[in-house]
Amino acid sequence: MAATDVDVFSNEEKRNLSLGGHVGFDSLPDQLVSKSVTQGFCFNILCVGETGIGKSTLMNTLFNTMFENEEASHYQNGVYLRPRTYDLQESSVHLKLTIVDTVGFGDQINKDESYKPIVDYIDTQFENYLQEELKIKRSLFNYHDTRIHICLYFIAPTGHSLKSLDLVTMKKLDSKVNIIPIIAKADTISKSELHKFKIKIMSELVSNGVQIYQFPTDDEAVSEINSSMNAHLPFAVVGSVEEVKVGNKTVRARQYPWGVVQVENESHCDFVKLREMLIRVNMEDLREQTHARHYELYRRCKLEEMGFKDTDPDSQPISLQETYEAKRKEFLGDLQRKEEEMRQMFVNKVKETEAELKEKEKELHDKFEHLKRIHQEEKRKVEEKRRDLEEELNTFNRRKMAAETQSLSQPLKKDKDKKN
Amino acid sequence: REEERGMSERGGIGGADLFGYVGIESVLDQMRRKTVKAGFEFNIMVVGQSGLGKSTLVNTLFKSKVSRKSCTPNYEEKISKTVRLHAVSHVIEEKGVKMKLTVIDTPGFGDQINNQNCWEPIVKYVNEQYEKYLREELNVNRKRRIPDSRVHCCIYFLPASGHSLRPIDVEFMKRLGKIVSIVPVIAKADTLTLEERQEFKERIRQDLEANGIHVYPQRELDEDPEDRILNDRIRDSIPFAVVGTDKEHQVNGHKVLGRKTKWGIIEVENVAHCEFANLRDLLIRSHLQDLKDVAHNVHYETYRVRRLNESNMNLSELVLSSWPLQNKMDKCETESHL
Repeated sequence: MAATDVDVFSNEEKRNLSLGGHVGFDSLPDQLVSKSVTQGFCFNILCVGETGIGKSTLMNTLFNTMFENEEASHYQNGVYLRPRTYDLQESSVHLKLTIVDTVGFGDQINKDESYKPIVDYIDTQFENYLQEELKIKRSLFNYHDTRIHICLYFIAPTGHSLKSLDLVTMKKLDSKVNIIPIIAKADTISKSELHKFKIKIMSELVSNGVQIYQFPTDDEAVSEINSSMNAHLPFAVVGSVEEVKVGNKTVRARQYPWGVVQVENESHCDFVKLREMLIRVNMEDLREQTHARHYELYRRCKLEEMGFKDTDPDSQPISLQETYEAKRKEFLGDLQRKEEEMRQMFVNKVKETEAELKEKEKELHDKFEHLKRIHQEEKRKVEEKRRDLEEELNTFNRRKMAAETQSLSQPLKKDKDKKN
Repeated sequence: REEERGMSERGGIGGADLFGYVGIESVLDQMRRKTVKAGFEFNIMVVGQSGLGKSTLVNTLFKSKVSRKSCTPNYEEKISKTVRLHAVSHVIEEKGVKMKLTVIDTPGFGDQINNQNCWEPIVKYVNEQYEKYLREELNVNRKRRIPDSRVHCCIYFLPASGHSLRPIDVEFMKRLGKIVSIVPVIAKADTLTLEERQEFKERIRQDLEANGIHVYPQRELDEDPEDRILNDRIRDSIPFAVVGTDKEHQVNGHKVLGRKTKWGIIEVENVAHCEFANLRDLLIRSHLQDLKDVAHNVHYETYRVRRLNESNMNLSELVLSSWPLQNKMDKCETESHL
């Protein structure tokens, strides 16, 4: 469901007035444009395609420059997205260009999850914008918009039909981003094959319900060129940054032993058409569609998911505030319950541990008693032994005394005995 | 087309150069086309006592009968007992550029004997428009283009007394200067000589500064030194001394807009006679978009911050807490704070 258009100029209560002279507000578009020039523009391109299909080369060719890029390896574990931001300037226009590459796309043996990182990345950019928009203190006009404005889907030049990976991925992306399908490395297909290939691709897209970006035809200035371009989709492109001398001109081309494929020659490939459509005619429309259609859809789904509605069951308009208050109460209630639970758990744990500790204390106490008793026993025994020993000592001393007194009174006897 | 422009445009890139013309600058044309197609809205409010020439000035500014009052013969203006706000919209077109112009009149302002709080209905109106816009913006199903009824500019008419600001002027501009861009003008300035005019303006500027009133263009909103120089020049000449009329007379063989008196014809668009042309240039030819931007980026945002803080709404936190990927992490954080 698209956002409803409000035509501010169709309300009956306004009158059309004629001006009696030159007022000067015809400079308004210029005022607006010059403000945008000072602010600068953002443009974000997502390139989805297999490794080696020519994404980086095409970007270099499109923007007439060499973005630094190492070749990606084919051995990635999964698909991951690599965004790179560049600041371009042409005459007075500053463009913050972000090119997001899908690294590892189509390389895995199991490609079931290949589309997920892409969808997640797009959603994250919407989420970040939504966050900023909902902040209390926000600065939207300063915000670096990272939402993807265009997804270039690179189709391998097999000449037969779309791969199932292509169909699945494009179907997942078509409600989130503007898609322009392009046939990469188009110099490997002959003209007649190309024609059949294009028809096959478009019919497959239509029969699978994939919504690709249609160049807008509502503005008379560009409707003609846009509608004719719509018929040339998908664009068959060739990219090259190498220059080759053809005749007396130097052009960007790919040189083969059998000839030279010129990038900017419209009879060789559709590169010029792509550049025309993407940059020179519809860049602003792509940005507008991303914001007004895809972002609004995301925002609507997100808010509805959280339970926000514009009207309650009785069709009375609910303010966001009421819903927010209700949600907040719910959330706080949940929080409180969780807090209670945790507190209970804590109390129980404390009780348990207390009990354990008490047990251990008791054990220790018992042991201590036991040891004490043993100690006392030992002490007693030692006492006894000591007493016995003392007694023995006494007895021995007495006997010694007795023996001594006896020996004193009979000393000679012994000697006599001895003499004898 | 490419041959015409030639391969001579060189651009800069962080690290490398553009080797030829890409066509990025055509985005300006694309944008221009789209904005012309969509059309513009402009809402201007005129405030001042009755009889100061508000309607005439608006008609002179937009060279059309925007306000019917001054054109209806024998129109007797009834002094109303309270301040009523009266908004009238017209669609005007010039060279393919369509504009929906809404003029908000404030009859009754300053006309009573006791004018206590006569600015309140106006403050209420301005805030109501912000509120309307905010509600639309917060809707789940939003319109592609939110209708903008917010006041972009408020022209405040000062009677040409030649002395200084009156208490009612100070009170009004103090309060409204915080929520809307005010452009003060000296009305019916043909009663002041050039010297009197200069003195009056000087005194007004001093009064404004003494009372902390910020009128358009606000000093704190100057973005860069260039802006500052341009706006300083404007600030040195406000308030503009204006004369309005819709009658034309012959002067030196030309038809000019002017007021005919026994001692001469006051040419409205002659900068030697009055500053109407300066006002028109500021409001329409150079700063119209800026007025709208200030209303949207500064005044509306201020209102929004205040409003959301009042109701303690921190929506972004709520959104953050429900985002699945970060959900677990944040829930743990909130629990640990318990």
